[in-house]
Amino acid sequence: MNLKANNKSNTDKKDSERKKIVVAVAGNPNSGKTTLFNGITGSSQRVGNYPGVTVEKKTGHRIYKNYNITFVDLPGTYSLSAYSLEEMVARDYILSEKPDVVVDVIDSSNLERNLYLASQILELDVPMIMALNMTDEVRKLGIRIDIELLTQLLASPAVETVASREIGLTDLLDTIIEVVENSTVTNVNINYGEEMEKAITELIPLIEKNEVLSKKYPSRWTALKLLENDPEITRMAEEDSQIVELADNQRKRIEKRLGDDTELYIADRRYGFVNGICKETVQTVHKSRKDVTEKIDTVLANRVLGLPIFLFMMWATFQLTFTLGVYPMDWLDAGFGYLGDFLSSVMPEGHFQSLIVDGIIGGVGGVLIFLPNILLLFLAIAFLEDTGYMARAAFIMDKVMHSIGLHGKSFMPMLIGFGCSVPAIMATRGLENEKDRLTTMLIIPLMSCGAKLPVYVLLAGAFFPEQAGNIIFLIYIFGILLAIFVAMLLKKFYFHGPGTPFVMELPPYRVPTLKSVLLHMWRRAVMYLQKAGTIILAASVVVWFITTFPPPWASSQNENAIPTQGNMISENVEQADIELQTASDKISNSMAGHLGRFIEPVIKPIGFDWKTGIALITGFAAKEVVVSTLGTVYALGETDEESVELKDALKRDPHFTPLVAFCLMIFTLIYVPCMAAMAVLYRESGSMKWTWFTIGYTTLLAWIVTFIIYQGGMLLNVS
Amino acid sequence: MDKQESHNNTTLKLSELKPGDRCKVLKISGKGSIIRRIFDIGVRSGAEILVERVAPLGDPVEFKLEGFHLSLRKEEAENIIVEVISS
Ligand SMILES: Nc1nc2c(ncn2[C@@H]2O[C@H](COP(=O)(O)OP(=O)(O)OP(=O)(O)O)[C@@H](O)[C@H]2O)c(=O)[nH]1
Ligand SMILES: [Mg+2]
Repeated sequence: MNLKANNKSNTDKKDSERKKIVVAVAGNPNSGKTTLFNGITGSSQRVGNYPGVTVEKKTGHRIYKNYNITFVDLPGTYSLSAYSLEEMVARDYILSEKPDVVVDVIDSSNLERNLYLASQILELDVPMIMALNMTDEVRKLGIRIDIELLTQLLASPAVETVASREIGLTDLLDTIIEVVENSTVTNVNINYGEEMEKAITELIPLIEKNEVLSKKYPSRWTALKLLENDPEITRMAEEDSQIVELADNQRKRIEKRLGDDTELYIADRRYGFVNGICKETVQTVHKSRKDVTEKIDTVLANRVLGLPIFLFMMWATFQLTFTLGVYPMDWLDAGFGYLGDFLSSVMPEGHFQSLIVDGIIGGVGGVLIFLPNILLLFLAIAFLEDTGYMARAAFIMDKVMHSIGLHGKSFMPMLIGFGCSVPAIMATRGLENEKDRLTTMLIIPLMSCGAKLPVYVLLAGAFFPEQAGNIIFLIYIFGILLAIFVAMLLKKFYFHGPGTPFVMELPPYRVPTLKSVLLHMWRRAVMYLQKAGTIILAASVVVWFITTFPPPWASSQNENAIPTQGNMISENVEQADIELQTASDKISNSMAGHLGRFIEPVIKPIGFDWKTGIALITGFAAKEVVVSTLGTVYALGETDEESVELKDALKRDPHFTPLVAFCLMIFTLIYVPCMAAMAVLYRESGSMKWTWFTIGYTTLLAWIVTFIIYQGGMLLNVS
Repeated sequence: MDKQESHNNTTLKLSELKPGDRCKVLKISGKGSIIRRIFDIGVRSGAEILVERVAPLGDPVEFKLEGFHLSLRKEEAENIIVEVISS
């Protein structure tokens, strides 16, 4: 954060005077690229301790000395072959945008595998700087790396960094400038052995004659890719039959000679080269004891305890979200109550007062009180993502996922979906197989996201006060089971095909940095408040309007009809009762009432009356709106001088039984994802068909499941 | 590639080993993107592997290599031919 202050001292210079530099940040997954990127540019992109957090390239800027440096954070890759979406993004960026420098962020505790990628970046003929990151962990492991020698051997500068503590970043910036100013691309060619070199030498002249290929990429690299039979490069060379023929012949010749696939042979030579470098530069000073990660995993990933512990942690999360969240929630609730009472007493009675007190405070306030619960939920998710447990959850659940034709890694987006569907749908990019990816995307809306939490906390708190945490846990688990069930059906009837391999790295456990956890929660809080100030506010005003006014065609008769009707029924009853009667009659004759009764036949069999119906309709905008709508509708229905908490108003409604409340939770869990989620689903699937399919199937499924529960509950007389 | 040492004839598939076994990769057989992926993630011939643990439901299996931990399903581990060092 103090970097921003540094920036300011330089801002008096005119922007045009500054030299522009573009730096790509590449490296293995989970090596700390985004942490480094955030540290340098002051951005706050998502960081997490599992491979595949960054899925899209992100850009940030840093003014340093007399330079305006653009940093591009790329998804992590193990190699520059073209097997997954992330690899393609990273490779394409470096090859076609041609950044001035590539900073390869290296996890120094795993130098060999990280240099394997570095050796491939070197072949792209762009200046490279190695950021030897995680040097704090390396020191603990008792490993020493000879940086000077490494720099020499790879003809590229290396800088030690600890990105998570912003150590070494200035050194890195200085090195970047140095490299740009004396740009001398020194070639370090890996020797691929006699046979391969011969083939490369023969191919290069032909490639250099080809206009498309020679202009775009370094010729030696292209030759190598042709011999590897890289799908993309081979496609680009298709036109040139001479090249294709030569490459094919040479590949066949080499494979016959060496008895091995050229692709694997090349990879093997590359590892040989890298292994040699590691042997020279890495020195184990002292053997470390069994490391902490292994100790933790003997418990958390234990054959017997692993699964129960996973379930226990989920249970504990929701128990805490509810029990700890309930105190600040009650304070906020009381606060909004006082505010409402105060405004009622100072504002003149009438529509405007009602709009403010019943509409906005009842609606928006009704949602805002859940902010503490949301923050607790995201605290738990931040821990899940930052400690490294996420990858263990995928490890533990892979067998289950595999049995329905999915991948353990599909479980990670699902867990992220507990926070919000939008990043969860994005996170499916980490899945290599297109069918798996689409299946996972389609089931993510069934995970209980943070927006559904207010509905659960409200209803579970009101109707199951003793068991609220357990009920909420039950609903989350139900969501997972339903998601797995739907995935199974999709896989069976539509997306069948061979399963994908489960090759996943398990990162070491790390202590989450306070900054990262707080940032995570802060961002969520801001998003929640923004949502409250926009969508939820707008929805509350609309709901107030349609609940207050009768439809234009019915206005004149009804206005007269209600009071007389009311008077007739309760002539001898107390005044207050008459007023209450009038108020609910008024709502029932409002536009919302008409709308609600219009859909009532459809929702009656699943236990809902027209008031809930209104909330479900407006809930299409965002799930929190279900709560805000109930807040407004019930606030208008109350005529007490003192405002009543929504929780109590619901309990007073004879129609709302615990069974109905449970059904409403289940229905909210399943039906229609919010608009933001649909927009992302459309973008990521690229298909209107699948977006509509998701809207349709979730709503239908919600109805069927709730129907079964409600009718079953009525039969058994649970209420 | 490393030649198989003559005094030790226990070449097995990685999937056949038990937790606690230690081995050295001789060859990765098979074709296609799976193999390439296993290679790229750091399972090269000559690498030493310790079988760490089997997941609660019986699959996948966690392996420890120099500098990192890796999870593979048994069906993928079948492609890796190893020589047992100790068990
Ligand atoms: N101990 C230590 N941890 C670090 C360091 N740099 C980053 N981390 C942690 O490493 C983890 C991964 O960091 P990210 O920045 O998300 O890694 P990334 O390379 O962007 O990962 P992907 O986007 O998944 O490819 C996080 O938990 C960071 O807090 C470091 O220098 N030392
Ligand atoms: Mg990242």
